[in-house]
Amino acid sequence: MSLLNEYPSIHALGTALREKKFSARELAQDALNNVTAHAHLNAFIDINAELTLQQADAADALLANQQGGPLTGIPIAHKDVLVTKGWRSTAGSKMLENYRSPFDATVVERLNAAGTVSLGKLNCDEFAMGSDNQSSFFGAVHNPWNTQYSPGGSSGGSAAAVAANLVLCATGTDTGGSIRQPAALCGVSGIKPTYGTVSRFGMIAYGSSLDQAGPIARNAKDLLEVLSVMSGFDPHDPTSLEHCLNTKNTGDRIRNDFNSWETRFTENTNQPLASLRIGIPKEYFENELDSTLANQIESAIAHFEKLGATRVDVSLPLTREAVSAYYVITPAEASSNLSRFDGVRFGHRAANYSNLEEMISRSRAEGFGDEVIRRILVGTYVLSEGYYDAYYLQAQRVRRMIVNDFQQAFAACDFIMGPVTPSLALPLGERSSDPTTDWLSDIYTLGVSLAGLPAMSVPCGFTHDAQPLPIGLQLIGNYFSEGQLLALADRYQQDTDWHQRKPEAK
Amino acid sequence: MSISQQDVARIAQLAHIELSPEQTAQAEHDFARIINLIEALQSVDTSGVEPMTHPLSAIQEIALRLRADEPAPTATEAQRAELMANAPAQDEGLFLVPTVIE
Amino acid sequence: MEWEIVIGLEIHAQLSTASKIFSSSSTRFGAAANTQASATDMALPGTLPVFNEGAVDKAISFGLAIGGQVASRSIFARKNYFYPDLPKNYQISQFEDPIVTGGKISFFVGEEEITINLTRAHLEEDAGKSLHENFTGPHGESSTGIDLNRAGTPLLEIVSEPEMRSAAEAVGYARAVHSLVVWLGMCDGNMQEGSFRADANVSVRPKGQEKLGTRCELKNINSFRFLERAINYEARRQIELIEDGGQVVQETRLYDADLDETRSMRTKGDADDYRYFPDPDLPPLLVSEERIEAVRATMPELPATKRERYQNEFGLSAYDAAQLTMSRDTATYFEQTNAALNNAQAKLAANWVLGELAASLNREELDITQAKVNPTQLAKLIARIADNTISNKIARDVFQAMWEGQENGDADAIIESKGLKQISDVGAISAMVDEVIAANPAIVEEYRSGRDKAFNSLVGQVMKAARGKANPKQVTDLLKEKLG
Repeated sequence: MSLLNEYPSIHALGTALREKKFSARELAQDALNNVTAHAHLNAFIDINAELTLQQADAADALLANQQGGPLTGIPIAHKDVLVTKGWRSTAGSKMLENYRSPFDATVVERLNAAGTVSLGKLNCDEFAMGSDNQSSFFGAVHNPWNTQYSPGGSSGGSAAAVAANLVLCATGTDTGGSIRQPAALCGVSGIKPTYGTVSRFGMIAYGSSLDQAGPIARNAKDLLEVLSVMSGFDPHDPTSLEHCLNTKNTGDRIRNDFNSWETRFTENTNQPLASLRIGIPKEYFENELDSTLANQIESAIAHFEKLGATRVDVSLPLTREAVSAYYVITPAEASSNLSRFDGVRFGHRAANYSNLEEMISRSRAEGFGDEVIRRILVGTYVLSEGYYDAYYLQAQRVRRMIVNDFQQAFAACDFIMGPVTPSLALPLGERSSDPTTDWLSDIYTLGVSLAGLPAMSVPCGFTHDAQPLPIGLQLIGNYFSEGQLLALADRYQQDTDWHQRKPEAK
Repeated sequence: MSISQQDVARIAQLAHIELSPEQTAQAEHDFARIINLIEALQSVDTSGVEPMTHPLSAIQEIALRLRADEPAPTATEAQRAELMANAPAQDEGLFLVPTVIE
Repeated sequence: MEWEIVIGLEIHAQLSTASKIFSSSSTRFGAAANTQASATDMALPGTLPVFNEGAVDKAISFGLAIGGQVASRSIFARKNYFYPDLPKNYQISQFEDPIVTGGKISFFVGEEEITINLTRAHLEEDAGKSLHENFTGPHGESSTGIDLNRAGTPLLEIVSEPEMRSAAEAVGYARAVHSLVVWLGMCDGNMQEGSFRADANVSVRPKGQEKLGTRCELKNINSFRFLERAINYEARRQIELIEDGGQVVQETRLYDADLDETRSMRTKGDADDYRYFPDPDLPPLLVSEERIEAVRATMPELPATKRERYQNEFGLSAYDAAQLTMSRDTATYFEQTNAALNNAQAKLAANWVLGELAASLNREELDITQAKVNPTQLAKLIARIADNTISNKIARDVFQAMWEGQENGDADAIIESKGLKQISDVGAISAMVDEVIAANPAIVEEYRSGRDKAFNSLVGQVMKAARGKANPKQVTDLLKEKLG
């Protein structure tokens, strides 16, 4: 039984470290052993014990001088689309199988500086494109709750690692639901922050105007710890915000909001959420939503009502069209972002070619998997002459309408709640011959990403199967409301224990 | 609106990805489904709506941030080597590619 | 059949910022390969562009200088195509919303003043360089080396309306743009090093036809001389082709300076579908009125303004004004000379700067900043012409002596030491005139019978007798008076 299993939170683990129950090095070594013991989950792509222990020793040095903060010595792991010095950065792709970045992603750098100890790089859907972590060149990740099932994606490795207690927290990235969805399917908590609040520097780009990195952890308070460090203005990222409306974009901003909302929730002990209006979008509860999920979501919402919140019906009429818009805009951006992978300066280069053109097009054909190629082709198509207006520009207009729809909804409510996915985790190996079937499963998460809004997923129940599968509740806030979302989730987690359950050992 | 294999071939050429005949056929099939999905956008009345490229621009001014014009130091050979460490082919500090005749 | 040639120019001026447009790498010329190429310049995964404010200020100054519109909001777009010297396989450029639109530039072709309208000017990043020396690749294949030092250097692409009608006009325009960007200090204008590149779009049509013919884009032109030749060759080629019953194919053609011809470039296969879309990494570039005014305040007085001033205040001809304002250094030299003369001898100052000074500089291949006679010295020399101490002709000798450094370039000292003072004593000149009249009765007779040339001969003789030191005007007046 690994050490990490005995500590339910970062705070508890941090306390144990400071009380010298064990050193950061001992903890790291134990965690590494645990990772090896769970190799069947295939959550990790690159592990390097030497590098990990070096970080642990540095953390021990800080702890010895009573320095450092809440994350010092805490094991973490990073999704493989975030570049790291030392460990390989593959983006789950053969194209970057042996790529070593000369620099760290900003979020990794900040977490390193906070004293975290990285156990390695986490498996993910190739170039973050996918919702079941089956497209990775390094093989599928297995859901710790039922290893025959997918953990969701694209941050499948991140969610699985946290769910299996290999780490207490992990970084993921979310472009269309890639933090929220695997978090839901793995019974852990995850948050996608407001676009622009977390740096994209060092994140291998997929959908540039939607990509955001965020934490996955066991509970909202832990998310707060990690997000506070990750978040904040970065001059290396041209889309990084200096201000969130009238507040400076710093990590403290979120913590301050969390604290003040936490206080508000303790004011009225009977009805702590008395002033809150929770919007329920009718379009999130239509035919495609699995009935088991629907019931469990309803129970969760009912709990919030019990705590005093008022339920309000809202409408997000372009929910379905969001899928179409997303699958025009992100492939378009991705098709351009992935052009740099040509075998010239880094990455896979084909072994057989007779001229430059063959070298490039073969390297790309060999280096990219099917889903990535599919999206590059779609993206190239929608940007091409004659189609740009009808597809790309139209999608961006619909995007603006989606933003407006959310703003209208937020005029009537403070938060929006609903399911994360229309269906439960899928058995591994099951893939439709129709590529758009998978795409439609992102229906509840895509609109949020297009709008750049913050959203999270928290565990809210399980199926009643012999091997229960987790169910997640999505909470969506207005821009810059990460602190409030986390406080709300935390309040829910004070009353419920879904987030504390763990998959049966092995 | 459908895509022929010829269209697929042209798109693959623009994207510089060498598709096998099987992949081209598969792509043609996939495109049929995908276009079906994205055609749904056409039924949305977007008259008078401006395209949106930066999501937050609806609620606050999103402007390009300017950097001061200050040069970084020229790299040493060691620093250059670090940046070029992943190059599949290099010589004398240059990236190598098969020669293109213009 | 009379043909009309229609030419538009696309000029790429490398902006002389210290760092690149989207990364902090230095733009200094001549560094070892790939030592001024950061992770961002190499397009390593996870890198992002961060915009250099120096580039926009230089673009604003250009927009103001040509009287164009500086956009308060412009957008960077990705131009997607694959090429090994383009690391991201897209170029960050501007498409639908460029930083500058409109504007015009005037220049002289011979005696005629031409004004060409500009369509737009936009910012973009330069590509790296391919070195086609014989490298060997990992499988023994003949390989090209790619140096990304230049990749990311800021460019201003300046596009003219297709209003030029001859190679001479095109060259005049290109020179005028070249002058202006160097004047503004935004580009060093070094065509050999590639910091100023001109591509020409050339088409032909029957004179009087409104519809434009199919155009070809000419590239690989790195001097004004080659620009002229390339355009002339291409126009001839197209005309011959059409007259032979063929059709001009729209394509890019490279100019070969050795063979003096244009050749079709093997098409890159992209069929030029660049799939432009606004770069999601780069929010709109907003330029405030304050920023524009701040740039305006730091701009030097523009050539056009100086030309106006030289004509209105100093009475110079449009042509001379244009010549003096071809370069900021020349204009400065002229103004300093003129000022030292209290602006009272502008015409003389102009003549001397454009004449004797220019000739001396050309002879020794010097730039005006290296002139061996400075404005103060020249002004003193001109003052001596103006006050009749010496004639213009003698002044040229004095100038040469000054140029050689005699008497520390002091005109007065040279005039004194060489005894070159003009004889102004009317009595003395009068006596010389009398002597010449007396000694040349035949020529006097010719003059009286109407042959004006005879007069000049007499003037010449008086000047000879005075060893050049007589005031020519006085000689002429006295001769006329005495001959009746």
